[in-house]
Amino acid sequence: MEVTDQELKIDLQKQGVLMTSLNELYNWGRKNSVWPLQFGLACCAIEMIAASMARYDLARFGAEVFRPSPRQADLMIVAGTVTKKMAPQVVRLYNQMAEPKYVIAMGACAISGGPFKQGYNVLKGIDRYLPVDVHIPGCPPRPEALLHAFMTLQNKIASQPLTGPARPRHLRAGAPSEFSVPQCGPHGLVPPSNPAVWRPPTAAQAG
Amino acid sequence: MSAILETPVRAFESVSGAGAGEMLELAIGPHHPSTHGVFRMDVVLDGERVRRLKPVFGYLHRNHEKIAEGQSYLSSMPYTDRLDYFCSLTNNWAYALTVEKLAGLQVPERAEYIRVITAELTRVQNHLCLIGFLLQDMGASGTPLMYAFREREKILDLFESLTGARMMCNYMRFGGCRVDLPTGWMEEAQQVVQGLARFLDEFEALLTGNEILMARTQHIGVLSSAAAVNAGVTGPMLRASGVNYDVRKVDRYGVYDRFDFRIPLGDHGDTYDRYLIRVLEMRESLKILRVALRDLPEGPVMDPKARLRGFRPKAGEAYGRIEAPKGELGFHLISDGSPNPFRYRVRPPSLMNLTVLEEMCMGRMLADVVVILGSVDIVLGEVDR
Amino acid sequence: METLEEICFRIKTALPAARVEIIPNASPCGQRSLLLGREQGLAVATFLRDDPQLRLDYCSNVTGVDWLEPSLPQGFVQSPSSAGLKKEAGEGLGESGTGCLEAVYHLFSMAHKNGPVVLRLRTENRLAAVRLPSLTPVWRSCEFQEREIFDLFGIVFDGHPDLRRLLMWEGFQGFPMRRDYLVADDFECEPTPHGDVPKRMSPRQGCAEVIQKTATADPRV
Ligand code: SF4
Repeated sequence: MEVTDQELKIDLQKQGVLMTSLNELYNWGRKNSVWPLQFGLACCAIEMIAASMARYDLARFGAEVFRPSPRQADLMIVAGTVTKKMAPQVVRLYNQMAEPKYVIAMGACAISGGPFKQGYNVLKGIDRYLPVDVHIPGCPPRPEALLHAFMTLQNKIASQPLTGPARPRHLRAGAPSEFSVPQCGPHGLVPPSNPAVWRPPTAAQAG
Repeated sequence: MSAILETPVRAFESVSGAGAGEMLELAIGPHHPSTHGVFRMDVVLDGERVRRLKPVFGYLHRNHEKIAEGQSYLSSMPYTDRLDYFCSLTNNWAYALTVEKLAGLQVPERAEYIRVITAELTRVQNHLCLIGFLLQDMGASGTPLMYAFREREKILDLFESLTGARMMCNYMRFGGCRVDLPTGWMEEAQQVVQGLARFLDEFEALLTGNEILMARTQHIGVLSSAAAVNAGVTGPMLRASGVNYDVRKVDRYGVYDRFDFRIPLGDHGDTYDRYLIRVLEMRESLKILRVALRDLPEGPVMDPKARLRGFRPKAGEAYGRIEAPKGELGFHLISDGSPNPFRYRVRPPSLMNLTVLEEMCMGRMLADVVVILGSVDIVLGEVDR
Repeated sequence: METLEEICFRIKTALPAARVEIIPNASPCGQRSLLLGREQGLAVATFLRDDPQLRLDYCSNVTGVDWLEPSLPQGFVQSPSSAGLKKEAGEGLGESGTGCLEAVYHLFSMAHKNGPVVLRLRTENRLAAVRLPSLTPVWRSCEFQEREIFDLFGIVFDGHPDLRRLLMWEGFQGFPMRRDYLVADDFECEPTPHGDVPKRMSPRQGCAEVIQKTATADPRV
């Protein structure tokens, strides 16, 4: 059924008739105007800036509008090392963004603490507090990698249905849009992770 | 203002002076588009005027020193890339230089020349980006920054073909450099240097005489030379205040004594001077680059006696420093004879340059703070380490 | 530039009460240093800055050092085994009360374009008597660096205009750059190329309490 629909649509397109569904149109609009938060933490942010500059030209993806205010942004690119001192602010920024919102963890540091993992002031991965949509490995990832992450995110947005149980978070009334902000305690962050988002891997502990 | 306020904005009675009226306490940062990262300033405002400004650090404190003390000397080399992440090659050099001092290593001549070439290219791209960001802070949204990054990409291409990485080069080793130049690199570098000279003319035609730039920067954020020296300010900022102090000339490390270059000095110590000094320094760097690319001698790039594995310097200490694009970058290493440094300390130029930030901003408008901070040239990776 | 012996001699003539001692350095670079007494530290620093022949007007770098063992600070020449091995064995509390904390100042002269002259100031021990005179009144460049040393090593600088934590947040306990500081084990067991984390994890169960014990209370109060 689906297949014939697709074929029919392509056929019609060739005739100059554009046929779409509300779902597709909606997602098409969303995926081509993902506005990132202008938010850099460390070295990876420079590659993020480079990606938005002349040579790599993020504007091709409709994402050149870096918004300084979280209220106007759809996408948070966590580009750089998240320290324990900074983590509460990062979570708060995410909470201030309006739904639908997405997170790209750019670079080894944002994923796991990266080279600075042993540090006493380094958060070992932003996914302990935030739901991450796309991870980009690298230290720093090249701008091309960021572009790839953008395309991955766009595909993800395009494939989201508007109805049914698989619909995205912002269309589910009960789904959380804010996550609890950790506190800076006497030795580190309290709590060390948000169990609603992240659980420690068990396999590693056994070994 | 899109600042994230830890302490909420609140009005409070001024303590000093009856007529001062109500003051506003405002936290700018750690997330703010003009703080160049995660820097935060707690500002007290009287209307639009700054009455107090306290920088708050530590939002990017990545425990570089602690990590370095737990691993061998060589393992810290890639970490130095991430200090001032615009200028990984000068960071490499400062660290390699200090270890060479500590262990008494020699560097072959060709490696010294390559170090000079990469360091000066680093300086050019750092200053270019700085000017781009400074203009961005002033409201010249996009154009100068785009131009700067376009040229920076050309230099990064050179770095990439030489070291394999655009930003985190991890190129220098104790007693030389990791690899020799690839074939054809020299010609490419010469072309880039030639193009840069032309670009600088164009860039300056766009900016130096620009009325808005002059209005926003002249007589703004004036720093006296006495205050700068006492506060340990270094680099272009110090020279903009008229103090003739450049580690390249003073220490004559590497082969800098073979090049003929001038040290531009500022007269007023204001933000405009700091901008101009950087443009002039880039021109001097290009001069050095032209000579260095012409005179590059043949030979090995690593001292054959240098050992990378099982490297254990004798017990002792050394302080080494170079003129990084942001100022004097120093390393202080204490060795106890083991493979790991006993104490590893980075002297970050941008942290020291921020000592005088409050002084420069005092009594100025809030909008000037952004421009003054932009002219200091900070990178948080280095400020907080 | 005068030799260190000459400087030492001139300090003693100008300030007869001052305790000054030359610390050797076995490294090929030969940067020897002057160990100052705590009481006259500020006076000596002022002398070094204002003396017309020295004019050490620029204090470039301030390093904090944590010497765990009392025998270490006798110059740098020592058996290679000492500190490196002790660090592993002394993961617990050990004899951390002995030894001392140290602040090292690297001075240069911008007027004469020479240097460095290295000053050292040492605290009495590592636990209770951790006070040193602040040199910020002499060189403002020490302001942030001394704050950083207070933050990470716990040296209290008397006379510092604004002694607060610089990098860590207020309310953080302990001094993380000290050599016996235990890092909270808040990341998963995972072998890294830098060290065998799993092996070192085991004695750290209940790490928080150990930290509580090592962390001295805020010495300012
Ligand atoms: S992943 Fe690497 S480049 Fe990115 S922030 Fe971390 S250290 Fe810097």
